[in-house]
Amino acid sequence: MKFGLMINEGPYTHQASDTAFKFATAALEKGHQIHRVFFYHDGVNNATRLTEPPQDDRHIVNRWSKLAEQHGIDLVVCVAAALRRGIKDEILAKGFRISGLGQLVESGIQADRLVVFGD
Amino acid sequence: MNETAGGIDAPEETSGTVKKFMFVNRKAPYGTVYALEGLEVVLISAAFDQDVSMVFIDDGVYELVKGQNTKAIDVKNFSPIYRALEGYDIEKLYVDDESLKARGLTTERLLVPVEVLNSAQIGELMDQQDVVISF
Repeated sequence: MKFGLMINEGPYTHQASDTAFKFATAALEKGHQIHRVFFYHDGVNNATRLTEPPQDDRHIVNRWSKLAEQHGIDLVVCVAAALRRGIKDEILAKGFRISGLGQLVESGIQADRLVVFGD
Repeated sequence: MNETAGGIDAPEETSGTVKKFMFVNRKAPYGTVYALEGLEVVLISAAFDQDVSMVFIDDGVYELVKGQNTKAIDVKNFSPIYRALEGYDIEKLYVDDESLKARGLTTERLLVPVEVLNSAQIGELMDQQDVVISF
């Protein structure tokens, strides 16, 4: 099955990004495809390479970058939500790109299931 | 609209596919950004010619209340956008009966014409959707 994911909350404060990551990993292990992850609301904060958690904690941002590279997942950050929160091209972590909300709607159309992670 | 429309590159790969999209609005219009940013997604979905509906439950029913005045909180009053939805061919607006009643509201207090449903009916509608996104 082809999945699209949507993440609506920021890293570390909220479990949305962690749960989505676990979901993505499990789905890929079962042979499913994750074609895109769309970051919206405070979820755009998952995309900054300035993120530096303590060494004994998981690195939520780099974890997405790595998974995207391994499995060809499109990590899309909403432009309007990103600009409001100071997330710009120059601070994006590897594998993320900034684009419009059309990419979310397109994901809903193209994927078999769009799964939303948030409050 | 302009800043959010930035990413719509002609939806070629999706042309011809019409899915049922339902946007579930659960939050009060102010206090958090969910209602406003949710509305931005709804407007974009209209550009993709999808079968779009919106449902308002819990504090989400406050999004539709007439006479919103945000001057004192220094936040933009975006409620006029709900009146513009008709122009985007978004006319299926459903409101949860219980949520209205629990807040002492009636449809006369709302900005736009809506269909009032009970939670079982809303559940059935959700079951018929291809995509459900909640804010």
